[in-house]
Amino acid sequence: MLVETERSSTESSAASGLDFEDTALTLTLRLPGSAPAPPAVASLSSSSSSAFPDADRKCASSDADPDRSSLLAASSDAAPAPKARVVGWPPVRSYRKNALAGVAGSSKANQAAKFVKVAVDGAPYLRKVDLQAYAGYDQLLRALQDKFFSHFTIRKFADDERKLVDAVNGTEYVPTYEDKDGDWMLVGDVPWK
Amino acid sequence: MGRGGSRAAPAAAAPPWHVLPDEVWEHAFSFLPADSDRGAAAAACRSWLRAERRSRRRLAVANCYAASPQDAVDRFPAVRAVEVKGKPHFADFGLVPPAWGAAAAPWVAAAADGWPLVEEISFKRMVVTDDCLEMIAASFRNFQVLRLVSCEGFSTAGLAAIAAGCRNLRELDLQENEIEDCSIHWLSLFPESFTSLVTLNFSCLEGDVNITVLERLVTRCRNLKTLKLNNAIPLDKLANLLRKAPQIVELGTGRFSADYHPDLFSKLEAAFAGCKSLRRLSGAWDAVPEYLPAFYCVCEGLTSLNLSYATVRGPELIKFISRCKNLQLLWVMDLIEDHGLAVVASSCNKLQELRVFPSAPFDAAEQVSLTERGLVDVSASCPMLESVLYFCRRMTNEALITIAKNRPNFTCFRLCIIEPHTPDYTTHQPLDAGFSAIVESCKGLRRLSVSGLLTDSVFKSIGAHADRLEMLSIAFAGNSDLGLHYILSGCKSLKKLEIRDCPFGDKPLLANAAKLETMRSLWMSTCSLTLGACRQLARKMPRLSVEVMNDPRRGCPLDSLTDESPVETLYVYRTIAGPRSDTPACVQIV
Repeated sequence: MLVETERSSTESSAASGLDFEDTALTLTLRLPGSAPAPPAVASLSSSSSSAFPDADRKCASSDADPDRSSLLAASSDAAPAPKARVVGWPPVRSYRKNALAGVAGSSKANQAAKFVKVAVDGAPYLRKVDLQAYAGYDQLLRALQDKFFSHFTIRKFADDERKLVDAVNGTEYVPTYEDKDGDWMLVGDVPWK
Repeated sequence: MGRGGSRAAPAAAAPPWHVLPDEVWEHAFSFLPADSDRGAAAAACRSWLRAERRSRRRLAVANCYAASPQDAVDRFPAVRAVEVKGKPHFADFGLVPPAWGAAAAPWVAAAADGWPLVEEISFKRMVVTDDCLEMIAASFRNFQVLRLVSCEGFSTAGLAAIAAGCRNLRELDLQENEIEDCSIHWLSLFPESFTSLVTLNFSCLEGDVNITVLERLVTRCRNLKTLKLNNAIPLDKLANLLRKAPQIVELGTGRFSADYHPDLFSKLEAAFAGCKSLRRLSGAWDAVPEYLPAFYCVCEGLTSLNLSYATVRGPELIKFISRCKNLQLLWVMDLIEDHGLAVVASSCNKLQELRVFPSAPFDAAEQVSLTERGLVDVSASCPMLESVLYFCRRMTNEALITIAKNRPNFTCFRLCIIEPHTPDYTTHQPLDAGFSAIVESCKGLRRLSVSGLLTDSVFKSIGAHADRLEMLSIAFAGNSDLGLHYILSGCKSLKKLEIRDCPFGDKPLLANAAKLETMRSLWMSTCSLTLGACRQLARKMPRLSVEVMNDPRRGCPLDSLTDESPVETLYVYRTIAGPRSDTPACVQIV
């Protein structure tokens, strides 16, 4: 499994403690009833329009990523064209807006999201995860499990260590990553920060 | 007022009541609980006016521009506790231009000069600077309570001045302020000898806090009853703090998340078990569901639960709330969903106030299953429910009528249907009938916010029936001037009216100009007003301050604009202080 570090400062972290996916990079085709806790992604297009019948059709519009501090996003290029969001509506206090945006605990100063590509041997396509959204390796492992749920599960070993294990044949996956020197490193050695 | 009475006074009779010395009246007035009662007494005659104003200890200035600070100090020289509110309510949602005003500095300066014995100061929606806080710390020998709500303009340097200078501080209550972090360890500035703290709320502070210093402070303040932490306190440190302050009555946990470890869980559980007096709980931001059971031992005693910033959801959340059988106040996110509210309805029968906040207010479509059902269930089963704030995406007239029938005791009903102009989703009719039912049934209603598709007809009902209504918020509603006219010509007790994005124009405003002097304030933005009408209103009503604000991007000043020019925002309030002099460029007093 490969993981590549990539800094993406234009992409905002809409993350909270839940597993959020960046709308700009994923076409989410959610199976009906699959996610009991659907990620509430900050919509790039704006509120309003009952012309939005299908919540599952989130169109990728990479150049419309909202700045974290301003949720007054320009309308996305998706059809149907949504109304521009109205200032101050719904009546949610700015304090609450900021708090919801920053609920992952990441400080205002640290707004750039750290997205990394994740590839799993045998998986048809890669995924991206935002390292900022997780507080530790445990959470990252759990997130990877959620993303690649068909491929593996987390097995707890006797010594309380969690490893990614193939759901089918029980072989263990070893998460590795390529650091800036181009060397392959085992995930978990370096402190999370 | 002359001496009255023609009775022949017996020899050793008590003096006639109207010549009793002031001290007696002052003592009598001290039993009047409400400022409005004291105000009424003061209006009775000159000697009562004199006695009342000289003995007034608590003063609430609901609009900082209604009177000057000097007016307040002159009229009430003995004030010990003062509360001042600044910006209009819609400032919370970004509708008031920056630098609009509401500076706290003139009030602090006047208080420092004229009220040296002041013990309590509260500011809401005002601009409070570090200089203000330094002046407070330096000016009042016996300063005890500082409460700042939705304020801005200060930093941890100002807090440091308070900590270092206020020897008798009992309460430091910071609610939802924007505080700049100067990396000053303000908490360390409370001296080692300082032990008087009863309330410490720094939940809105962004930066790190020295946990050791906090622990020492909490340990030596044995009377600490309220402790609300920010998100810099990790879970295991929370447990330590609780063990040092088991007498706590109100707790804000700040964050409540960590990877699950059974040891930490047991530690938390034990710490909570020791808090036998805990009645009010808030925080739990990004709470991890597995830790919620640590709260179970305090659930029975909780009267107030504020999970309105907690993104936790699912069965653990619902199980936790259902164990809080004595809840009077519950604030949650809509992540609780209808089925969660059904559980609340059956478990929390003593509920008096419910607020449900949107977790994803700017999303185009429903992410959570929270509808009118939840509110209907709770209002059906909670006989003491009187205050509601509810964000949802759909509503029916039938639901509102049912709610109105079940709960005629509402005093505050605020419904926000997130999408403007949303009709009843089953009949596609406006929600006039539903809201009319509310105002007709709830005779004690003091505060109302309406939303959804509404015509003028609902305002006719509100104007006619909402006799006790003091505050009304309207957005994206009505279809003509008549709507506003119904409100202003009815609603006998109206004090605050705030309107946005409604097709209300000049005529009802001018026709009801006199009404505006009986109210505290009127806000109208993105309606159909012209500058000419505002100028006319100002000429007609000299005791009103008529402020016009236009979109700064469209260019100020307003002097050059004609009477026909549209007005983006109008803010009118009664005042004895005349036009204020601290308006920014895009605000003009006409």
